[in-house]
Amino acid sequence: MESARREILTARECGLVACRRCAKVWPIAQTTCTRCGSPLQSRDWRSLQRVWAWLVVGIICYIPANIFPMLRTQVLFNTSESTIIEGAVELAMHGNLPIAAIILIASVAIPMGKFAAIAYLAWSVRRPERLRPRQRHRLYHFVEFIGRWSMIDVFVVAILSALVQLNFAASIHPGPAAITFALSVMFTMLAALSFDPRMIWDQTPAERTVHE
Amino acid sequence: MLDAGPREVLDLPLEEAIACPQCDALYHARLPEDGQRVVCHRCHTVLIAPKRNAYLRTIALSVTVVILMAGATMFPFLGVNVSGFSNRASVLDAALAFLDGGWMATLSVLVAGFIVLIPVIRSALVIYVLLPLVRGRPPLPRARQVFRWTEDLRPWSMAEIFIIGCAVALTKVADLARVEFGPAFWMFGVLVVVIVLQDGLMDKWTIWKALEERS
Repeated sequence: MESARREILTARECGLVACRRCAKVWPIAQTTCTRCGSPLQSRDWRSLQRVWAWLVVGIICYIPANIFPMLRTQVLFNTSESTIIEGAVELAMHGNLPIAAIILIASVAIPMGKFAAIAYLAWSVRRPERLRPRQRHRLYHFVEFIGRWSMIDVFVVAILSALVQLNFAASIHPGPAAITFALSVMFTMLAALSFDPRMIWDQTPAERTVHE
Repeated sequence: MLDAGPREVLDLPLEEAIACPQCDALYHARLPEDGQRVVCHRCHTVLIAPKRNAYLRTIALSVTVVILMAGATMFPFLGVNVSGFSNRASVLDAALAFLDGGWMATLSVLVAGFIVLIPVIRSALVIYVLLPLVRGRPPLPRARQVFRWTEDLRPWSMAEIFIIGCAVALTKVADLARVEFGPAFWMFGVLVVVIVLQDGLMDKWTIWKALEERS
């Protein structure tokens, strides 16, 4: 595996540009892939601006998602509201630890970890030294894979609100945090999708020269 | 595995080269045996993974997705029963749960899209792209555009996340009420498995190549 790595040549080093959608290779001057119609760019440095923009919006949406209630529960004449964290704590108090853990991981640990990971990746490709591309690529892959799963909490709220409508006996309604949380997940997904992971691997100054 | 070293890669005609979309490593594209995979040496991204009869099987699974989704939205999904009070909800009710909240209605549209519309639309687009290929005909007009959409929609198809969400929601409810599973629940469960199989069968590279060669 080590010898294989040393032998690798990139399309950019060979004066070629690769299509990120269909993997076809073109001379570097080509601007559109005629096979799949995607725009071609050897390294999409401008994508970093999009990554930061989506990430900032994602983080902004995540704040109200934690302040406002996710669920409004009404049992007989009592109405109670709970935020994401309160909901998980409540579950844990009832002894439902695994479910509390799923909620906490999916709605708190993963989103926070994702913000940090995307920011780190976008910051690291601008740094002069290239550390551990393999690990950073694995991190990118993980962020891209796990991002959608944060939507679990929104779906839980949807199902509970649709199902628990038992007149005055009990009813559950979604709180305003549901939409800001969903938006936060979507914007972070867009941030991860905007990132061009090829920048992680560029080692030599020639590869990293910024030119369109 | 890939068998071209860097020197061979330099002399390749461009049609025979493939670059890893994730890390830009250049290789000699060789179609592996059915069921084998070509993997990027340095970032381990799967580059080419053809399956036997993939087009036909993908079309069959896509048709299954559309039929199951029709059933899953029409039949009762879940019901609860607690001391005389009972309620039933369909998959669409879950999406529409946000409707009464004013501007939260946007979320209803998004959720309906993620769990019902996008999986169905993707399957329809896949059929549009692959049906002519399996019959040995040239692709239908705008097939490349359609296949680009199919790929772009992939991360936004969230049926499998929804079913896990159901599991979490039900454990919350199970303490308070008796839960009834409707036929739509089982249909949706099967649907998730079919979608996963369908995604595993589709090989982007061979489809793009076929779209290029046959048009």
